[in-house]
Amino acid sequence: MVYLTRIEHFNAAHKLYNPNWSKEKNDEVFGKCANENWHGHNFELYVTIKGEPDPDTGFVFDARKLGVLINENVTEKLDHKNLNVDVDFMKDKLCSIENLVTAIWKELEPHLPPPVQLHCLKLIETAKIYVEYYGGK
Amino acid sequence: MNKKVAIFRKEHFNAAHRLFNPAWDDKTNTQVFGKCALPNYHGHNYELIVKIVGEPDEKTGYVMDLKELSDLIEEKIIERFDHKNLNLDTEEFKNLNPTAENIAIVIYELLRPHINKEKDLQIRLYETPRNFVEYPAP
Repeated sequence: MVYLTRIEHFNAAHKLYNPNWSKEKNDEVFGKCANENWHGHNFELYVTIKGEPDPDTGFVFDARKLGVLINENVTEKLDHKNLNVDVDFMKDKLCSIENLVTAIWKELEPHLPPPVQLHCLKLIETAKIYVEYYGGK
Repeated sequence: MNKKVAIFRKEHFNAAHRLFNPAWDDKTNTQVFGKCALPNYHGHNYELIVKIVGEPDEKTGYVMDLKELSDLIEEKIIERFDHKNLNLDTEEFKNLNPTAENIAIVIYELLRPHINKEKDLQIRLYETPRNFVEYPAP
């Protein structure tokens, strides 16, 4: 089994805000991340797939094709967008990177042709903060 | 003998913005600024490198105390721009397009009065790991 990782990036605005709470409660929990006019990040997405190298190509999966799949299904929908407002698969969700990474998994995973398996998504929000998700609950 | 030394302090802030010229219609804005003009904003992790050039002080050996420089950048720049929407939340960009070029000039103007006149100041601003600007240009 070999693990192959492709790195993509997108720049987006968001805010952390729970509409069921008062502004004061949001400020208390989310601090400056709750700023009503949004703030933004350069996000980096690491997509790791796993499989056996194909005997004819030597590839687990064509890395260029993986890049196209990630761009078509994920980064084009997120890049230069407002995650709270513009992204259909984040509608009615809190825009934390935890929720974003699980939503990206749901968008991307069905497009990977068997026997290629999605192994891990790593989503980097800042130089100091990132999440990893391996699918499942 | 010239004993000038350059010192650098790196800081960062995360902000939303959009590139937009209000004198133009939407079509022209999209033509010129592409997806950077999208109406609901996007954002960046800005990385700021402040460079000070001068001769080290005879008594301290410092060009400038880096802790003082750090506090100054925090107070004048980071508190103003971090986790803000540059177009909506800041006075400086109410009537100025928040391109990396203009942000670098604004940061220079905000810091310059607080740094010893004998020292040179230069701003390097990374908008993404691949796009960055310097002001003043050498």
